[in-house]
Amino acid sequence: MVDFWQIIQNAAVEIISPTTAAYALAALGLAIHFGFTGLINFGQAGFMAIGAYGYGISTLTFHFPVWGAVLVGVGGSIVFALILGIPTLRLRADYLAIVTIAASEILRLVFTTNTLDFVTGSADGLSGYKGGFAALNPIPKGTYGFGPFTMNEYDLWLRIVAWVIVAIAILLAWQLMRSPWGRVIKGIREDEDAVRALGKNVYFYKMQSLILGGVFGTIAGMIFILPRAIVPANYATTLTFFIYTILLLGGAATIFGPVAGSIIFWVVLSAVSGFIARAQAAGWFDFIGMSSVQAGQSRFIIVGIVLMLLVIFRPQGIFGNKKELAFVK
Amino acid sequence: MSSDAKPTRGAPVKSINLHVGEIEPGVAKVDAIIVADNVTRTFGGLTAVDVAHVEIPRNAITALIGPNGAGKTTFFNLLTGFDKPDTGTWTFLGKSLAGIPSFKVARLGQVRTFQLTKALSLLTVLDNMKLGAKGQKGENMFAALLPWLWRKQEEEIEAKAIVLLEKFKLDTKSEDFAASLSGGQRKLLEMARALMSDPTLVMLDEPMAGVNPALTQSLLDHILDLKTQGMTVLFVEHDMQMVRHIADWVIVMAEGKIVAEGPPDAVMANPAVIDAYLGSHHDQDLGEDDPETIHAMKELLDADDES
Ligand SMILES: Nc1ncnc2c1ncn2[C@@H]1O[C@H](COP(=O)(O)OP(=O)(O)OP(=O)(O)O)[C@@H](O)[C@H]1O
Ligand SMILES: [Mg+2]
Repeated sequence: MVDFWQIIQNAAVEIISPTTAAYALAALGLAIHFGFTGLINFGQAGFMAIGAYGYGISTLTFHFPVWGAVLVGVGGSIVFALILGIPTLRLRADYLAIVTIAASEILRLVFTTNTLDFVTGSADGLSGYKGGFAALNPIPKGTYGFGPFTMNEYDLWLRIVAWVIVAIAILLAWQLMRSPWGRVIKGIREDEDAVRALGKNVYFYKMQSLILGGVFGTIAGMIFILPRAIVPANYATTLTFFIYTILLLGGAATIFGPVAGSIIFWVVLSAVSGFIARAQAAGWFDFIGMSSVQAGQSRFIIVGIVLMLLVIFRPQGIFGNKKELAFVK
Repeated sequence: MSSDAKPTRGAPVKSINLHVGEIEPGVAKVDAIIVADNVTRTFGGLTAVDVAHVEIPRNAITALIGPNGAGKTTFFNLLTGFDKPDTGTWTFLGKSLAGIPSFKVARLGQVRTFQLTKALSLLTVLDNMKLGAKGQKGENMFAALLPWLWRKQEEEIEAKAIVLLEKFKLDTKSEDFAASLSGGQRKLLEMARALMSDPTLVMLDEPMAGVNPALTQSLLDHILDLKTQGMTVLFVEHDMQMVRHIADWVIVMAEGKIVAEGPPDAVMANPAVIDAYLGSHHDQDLGEDDPETIHAMKELLDADDES
């Protein structure tokens, strides 16, 4: 029999999971790039990888404290943004797209290569870097929460930190986008030559936007590795596209859309995969001869269809402004 | 000048005696705001702009006319830093501008509009206007996070924007997306937005194209008003009636070169101008020329008859 109560519980856990927070933050960074500035960044996975490896390597190889490791990751992502932006931000938007997708793949391959095994752990990745973060935990040992949300002190500490960071990022983005700075940024999205003609240094603003959204992605990359190990395969292009999915789900040029999108994405993904796995085990899909491996993979097909329907019937996203959509060319 | 001054209908006050010496292409001006020398721009084998020398008079309205493809827009792009010339130098208020990026040109007080209107569609009309203001503290990323640093300036900018919007009859639209405006209203918005920066020189690329006759009159009044406020206007226009009506000085371009200049009446009587509009083959059958050119020529000739 399929245990629906268990499926619902497992899905509910995703609402506050640190992974959901990490994806929300990475999507907010992408909202700044794509939704507000019109920069097509297909390398958000690369920014996340820099956060993950910057933190992991600083901690494991160089024994940096938590704040030092965070600074290394953030500094690394600023350098990465500059490398991507300096040659491309003067050119048409598509060049940034090509360069970011290539650069983030290069990064992933560099982290995977055996030559650097002694620092990156190559294909096996890294683990054992969580001690510093756990040591900062003021919460006493024990069991907290209720029902499906029952957790130990580390998981509680991690969730608090993750969501507080997301909240701060949201406040920051919200204030920026309602300021004159945000007006210039949105103007650039609409027509950068017009903004140039009004005396604004468009290149500089685009660079600021690329760095800010990239740093959000990098911090998301750090949150992402705190409940798990660092595995280079996680930073493939599919990660970037999941984040785009979340962004479009919530609404590209919105502040709360990325959070809502991330929660929905993870809850739906968990519910769908939980249901398919259990239904397959219970023999519901025997009539099409579905194996358990196929069941594991089919969740992405179903999620893809659900998302397609959402984007077709609500293309402005959940928080998007219907009024804006009337003018999308 | 007060903003509610009655439009100077019929006979605007023309600035005269702008030039020094014999009138010919490239003639020196008493008080020039722009002086350009040897500006050339080629696209492949085509020489789009080849201006040996030209001066734009200050605090006057200068029209840049010429047939389609004459190089007017390209010349605008060069002067404003939106395009790079193959050769040439030019100064604005005595300062050399060659190689200066477009945004710095605008900051110096030389703002432009585009032939293909650039309204910022998903910004409100009011936000479009506010974006035009110069020296905004809140446009710095870090200051943006501290609203008390720029709130007062923002209010002043908004008040100024509203005054301008009223003047351009767009005040009822201020909360709408610019995308919802009609083509003519976008032209008005683009011009009003450019004025938010208190420019010294306003360069308008076909401000009247697509604007209905009722609006044309008010646009003309706005342009005349700029002059009375001490600004200089350089505009590209195909409508000869309008050029005659408001321009103090007319510069004619053809095939990239300045072929004639002078006060409107004199220029329109100039055979070189009629040549320019007809091309060098005007002794051939007129039926082969495109209707627009013939129309422009007729207007020129009609204008002659009136004078
Ligand atoms: N980016 C470009 N690439 C190639 N050729 C160009 C480019 N821009 C302009 N040209 C050419 O340069 C010439 C001058 O064009 P320009 O746009 O300056 O003409 P114009 O005088 O503004 O004409 P119109 O009155 O039709 O607006 C034309 O022959 C045009 O085809
Ligand atoms: Mg043109």
